[in-house]
Amino acid sequence: MKVLVCVKQTFDTEAKIELKDGKIADAGINLIINPYDEVAVEGGIQLKEKKVVDEVVVLSAGSDKAMDAIRTALAMGADRGILVKQDTSADEYARAVALAAAIKEENPDIILAGHVAADDGSSQVPTRIAEILGLPHINVITEIEVAGGKATCTCEADGGTLVAEVALPAVISSQVSWNEPRYPSMKGIMQAKKKPVTTADAAAADNKVTIIEYAMPPAKQAGIKMEDEPEVCATKLAEWMKNTVKVEV
Amino acid sequence: MAGTWVIVEQRDGNIRKVTYEMLSEAKKLGDEVSAVVFGKSVEGLASEFAKYGADKVYAVEGDLFAEYNTGAYVAQLAAMIAEYSPNAVLFAHTFNGRDFASRLAQKLEAGLATDAIAVELSAGKGVFTRAIYAGKALAKVEVATNPVMATIRAGVMEVVESAGAGAVVKPAVAATATDVYQNIKSFVPTVSARPDLTEAETVISGGRGCKGPDGIKLVEDLADLLGAAVGGSRASIDSGWLGHELQVGQTGKVVCPNLYIAAGISGAIQHLAGMSSSKFIAAINTDPEAPIFNVSDFGVVADLFKVIPTLVTELKK
Ligand SMILES: Cc1cc2nc3c(=O)[nH]c(=O)nc-3n(C[C@H](O)[C@H](O)[C@H](O)COP(=O)(O)OP(=O)(O)OC[C@H]3O[C@@H](n4cnc5c(N)ncnc54)[C@H](O)[C@@H]3O)c2cc1C
Repeated sequence: MKVLVCVKQTFDTEAKIELKDGKIADAGINLIINPYDEVAVEGGIQLKEKKVVDEVVVLSAGSDKAMDAIRTALAMGADRGILVKQDTSADEYARAVALAAAIKEENPDIILAGHVAADDGSSQVPTRIAEILGLPHINVITEIEVAGGKATCTCEADGGTLVAEVALPAVISSQVSWNEPRYPSMKGIMQAKKKPVTTADAAAADNKVTIIEYAMPPAKQAGIKMEDEPEVCATKLAEWMKNTVKVEV
Repeated sequence: MAGTWVIVEQRDGNIRKVTYEMLSEAKKLGDEVSAVVFGKSVEGLASEFAKYGADKVYAVEGDLFAEYNTGAYVAQLAAMIAEYSPNAVLFAHTFNGRDFASRLAQKLEAGLATDAIAVELSAGKGVFTRAIYAGKALAKVEVATNPVMATIRAGVMEVVESAGAGAVVKPAVAATATDVYQNIKSFVPTVSARPDLTEAETVISGGRGCKGPDGIKLVEDLADLLGAAVGGSRASIDSGWLGHELQVGQTGKVVCPNLYIAAGISGAIQHLAGMSSSKFIAAINTDPEAPIFNVSDFGVVADLFKVIPTLVTELKK
């Protein structure tokens, strides 16, 4: 069996976001694997370690820079990579079309991805890929059990925990609490350099969503900050909660 | 225009508040508003939606729809869209809502704006404001595919009562058991007497400064006094003091309650991403330099172990 993991390269979550010429400025920003996808990579590697699958392929659609994200995943333990070259302005639809086309060529048994990307926060791409490929999907998993051509997943759901089963092949998206991604070892980093990565051009697809403009959120003004005996602080805070916030007890 | 549809979020007849927020917002935008509710037997809920302006209520009933299931729900809604041609369809930005909307959008080869915090609708077009980079920036996007689709963040739009006719429509059932591809084995609700984190009016969060379950207990006591939800920073989730579903921040939940109290939380950029759009923010932290004070309306530089017990006593007065 083969698992394919989709990874997106995103800004470091520490990054300070600024606008330049009406666009999100990317100069000097550290790029990482989307933290949710990193969990999916770890999940894929663990499936191989448990001998559930025998190959872990990583796939990224993006600019040449996304090669770094692929190499990081290879250093963690994935076997080979595919970079689909696509303009970073692709929307969720165009992204899913490009990824699905590459996945189709690979014919994996399990397709993993993070359930959302930390940059655009869209949570659409894995589900769209499943629809394009006509496959089942399960989102936001925190556990997986693979047996008898099926995946049984525990998922974070609205107001509870869900257990659901799908027949493979299927698209499965990860929640961050699934696992703790490993740091690539020195040996892993060295090996990654030699692992094969193929490149391809993205399947053509037009965006369905148009970005009109970017803006910064209204800056939050710092308010009162008091330093005093804890009891005094507590009394003042209680007054503020009652009089300004109007909380009811 | 051919109307705005609001997809109801409910489980066992308990309707999520975001449903009313979406109905109120849709009503404000002027077009005919319909609530679309799925479930085993849900017609009886119609009057609930009429209170917030629903002119029509599409009640999609049957065993197949008893619980949310992507395959059946998508097949059914796609058939209804083909039959009734709504101008816009709004979903809640919950786990189910985004799953539903994404699969449907792809089936219809349409665009979708997820996690929208502002909505403008006109014939054949929607303009949505979305928080990106976990709220560090905003993007205004246009969706002009048919129908216009978006998922809406909970807690942002105001709930306004306004009477609608609430006329019940029973659409033909188009989905069949063969559309189902996820076999739901079990759903275990989170047992908590507290409100849902993303829907609560007040959220009290504890961080590493709580130092352990005893400190978290103080946070919980305060929350229970106020009928508030409890949340936490990643530090307190990673320490195992709180469940992962309670993490607030960039890789957790985004909350925008009326009041957010951060106790023993430094205010890392990833945490701020999840709570800085709250209406009022209070912080309790021993470090006067903690970044949480940059976003708080009322900050106290003091030990939470001493502040919270007195605060509870004072609030009870
Ligand atoms: C990819 C990525 C994603 C992340 N996602 C999230 C996320 O979603 N949510 C999140 O919260 N974090 C997230 N983080 C982690 C984040 O960077 C911080 O490490 C985390 O928020 C710190 O939690 P904290 O404020 O509780 O702990 P600390 O930063 O250690 O702060 C503890 C605070 O408690 C104060 N304190 C100590 N004792 C007391 C006392 N007795 N009374 C009052 N105050 C006291 C201290 O002064 C300090 O300010 C993420 C990090 C990464 C790399």
